[in-house]
Amino acid sequence: MAKKKFQEILDRLPALLSQAGSCVPALLSNLVLIGEIPSPTFGEERRVRFISDRFAENGLVSGSVDEKGNAVAVLPGGRGDRSILLVAHADTGAPANVDHTILIEPGQVTGPGVANNSLGVAVLAALPHFLEEMDVALDANLIFLAASRNLARGNLEGLRFFLQNNSQPVDAGICIQGTQLGHLSIQSLAMMRGEITCTVPEEYNWTRFQATGAIRTINEVINRINEIPLPNKPRSNIAFGSINGGSGFHRVARHAVLRFEVRSEDDAMIRKIVRQIRDICEDVSSQKESRIDLDVFAERKAGGIPFAHPLSRRARKILEILEVPPRVSPSTSEIFAFIERGIPALSLGISTGESLAFPDERVDVPPMAAGMAQLAALLLAIDGGFCDEHP
Amino acid sequence: MNIHEWLKNNTFHYRQFWDLKHLVAEKEKRGLRVSLCIPTLNEEKTIGKEVIVFRSELMTRYPLVDELAVIDSGSTDKTREVAAQFGADVYLASDILPEAGEKRGKGENLWKAIYQLTGDIIVYIDADIKNIRPHFVYGLVAPLIYRPEIKYVKAFYERPLAAANGVRPIGGGRVTEILIRPLFSLFFPDLAGLIQPLSGEYAVRRDVLEQLPFPIGYGVETSHLIDVYKKWGLQAIAQTDLDQRVHRNQPTRDLGKMAFGILQTFLSRARRMGIVGNLPELGTVLRQFQVQGDEYKIQEFDLHEEERPPMIEMPAYRRRRGLDG
Repeated sequence: MAKKKFQEILDRLPALLSQAGSCVPALLSNLVLIGEIPSPTFGEERRVRFISDRFAENGLVSGSVDEKGNAVAVLPGGRGDRSILLVAHADTGAPANVDHTILIEPGQVTGPGVANNSLGVAVLAALPHFLEEMDVALDANLIFLAASRNLARGNLEGLRFFLQNNSQPVDAGICIQGTQLGHLSIQSLAMMRGEITCTVPEEYNWTRFQATGAIRTINEVINRINEIPLPNKPRSNIAFGSINGGSGFHRVARHAVLRFEVRSEDDAMIRKIVRQIRDICEDVSSQKESRIDLDVFAERKAGGIPFAHPLSRRARKILEILEVPPRVSPSTSEIFAFIERGIPALSLGISTGESLAFPDERVDVPPMAAGMAQLAALLLAIDGGFCDEHP
Repeated sequence: MNIHEWLKNNTFHYRQFWDLKHLVAEKEKRGLRVSLCIPTLNEEKTIGKEVIVFRSELMTRYPLVDELAVIDSGSTDKTREVAAQFGADVYLASDILPEAGEKRGKGENLWKAIYQLTGDIIVYIDADIKNIRPHFVYGLVAPLIYRPEIKYVKAFYERPLAAANGVRPIGGGRVTEILIRPLFSLFFPDLAGLIQPLSGEYAVRRDVLEQLPFPIGYGVETSHLIDVYKKWGLQAIAQTDLDQRVHRNQPTRDLGKMAFGILQTFLSRARRMGIVGNLPELGTVLRQFQVQGDEYKIQEFDLHEEERPPMIEMPAYRRRRGLDG
């Protein structure tokens, strides 16, 4: 019986795809109106206010902006005995002082943060209208959450706060990402994100032979970190994300900051690597007469639903029917907040794009219809109970 | 109505009109039709965004705009193709009213829009706005819908960089503050109450537009204000604060050409109205300078502000609108 009904959802996909196609202009309009409001982490207020207004205009109820700056609202279901949480993070990596003008050309949209995650949050803001256009009515309540303080030092603060304080139990979660269509994330990697700050004291004797400064010291830290042996199993890596320091050409730098992230399939390996990095910082600091501080401000544990979980299987099948090759890979995205509360969730992308995290960040327009059809079909599947572990 | 009363009663902020459902209902109750005209010349980078935002927000979501048209002066880039792809009605200015011939200038497109478009209200929005928002249209149209005595609504853009309760000066751009406001203060003091008289965004009732002569170049905004003021009075004019407009800045030399064209239009109007006398024949050549090595060179620009007659005088228009019975 259930199998037949899921097939009905798959059979409906061509119609959903066509209906989603007619929603693309409205999605692009939302992308412009939302994406041109700067929304750096901890500075999302204006964007969140706009999204909250959109929720209200689209007929959602119980709308509010909570104390962590999340916009939340509910589309009541026919029965309302289950709840699905749809979340898109409202912050982007683009600083507020960057020109946020979005360029729309046939086939593509360009601008800071359009992929991560203005497109995701534009879909969230417009989805109630799209579901109506696509004639998708659910029994479950849909909770819409534009989450603040998600990236970098935000460390999923908005979403975690919501899940901790929300009185309504959440049965499943979908994290909407602008890109990449076809990527499904059902598992979280263990992760540790931090900053290493090197400061040369004011009283440092610069006339001393081999006086080096903060940049060379940070460089030595990097070289030592590179010597840490990383196993192939569990797969682990250390990414150096950015480095800042100094103030010109000839002055020896007094200050330098290295931002990095350690990822692994195993929690114990992360703890081991972090211990080694801490030892390196202390050792180099003692030799160089510089102060080296290690600040770990974000951590995730490994976990998630198995590859064969019905939520994962249904999502992959929907993508196959849409002729989008599914690619399942772990991530360090919002799904961790669901995982730590034992809520089945996955993260999916709406379109394809490039130049992520650069001012010319780009998303492609043609795949957007498939991205939205995928989302609508998955909601129908969850609503029908086809993604439950024991349907 | 004096200028102080006018400033108080006829100056709006777009946020006053946030209730678009109510605005659309009022428009329908009054049986009005709204046309949006975007004049273009090589605007392929910004036109797609304007069309998609206005269509989605003000035609599909809230049916305030009944017609969205791009009137193009003969772009050599993909302006017309992009605009059509995103759903605008696209016209080449030279194809409209061909018996009237072809003149180059933004005013020409605005004038021909009166013939081509069908609305009772026509709202003009420039195509080079980077931060386009739906309120650029509804903020200008709303006073015409809610207040029948208002006939011409002009945009201004005033957004303080930081919230301040104190007094601070506001105004227009360089040409406005150096040329237009002093001229208006001398000859039409009431019009000095317009904060940005040269802004390219405005909404007008058809029965007013069709009676206005149209300079086709830089003077079109200035002449409109003078003509509407003389014919219908200050109370027919209003202005709306649209917050902020991000666009390309023009170099000072280009502003010189603009000022020259505006001055031509202004003086010819002033002479026609008999408010200045004994003016000599006005020159049409603007001289600017450049230097190459030790040699100074004069650059001459022949800028002749041509003018189109009121559209209502065009026989083809009268036939199209059934004005001759």
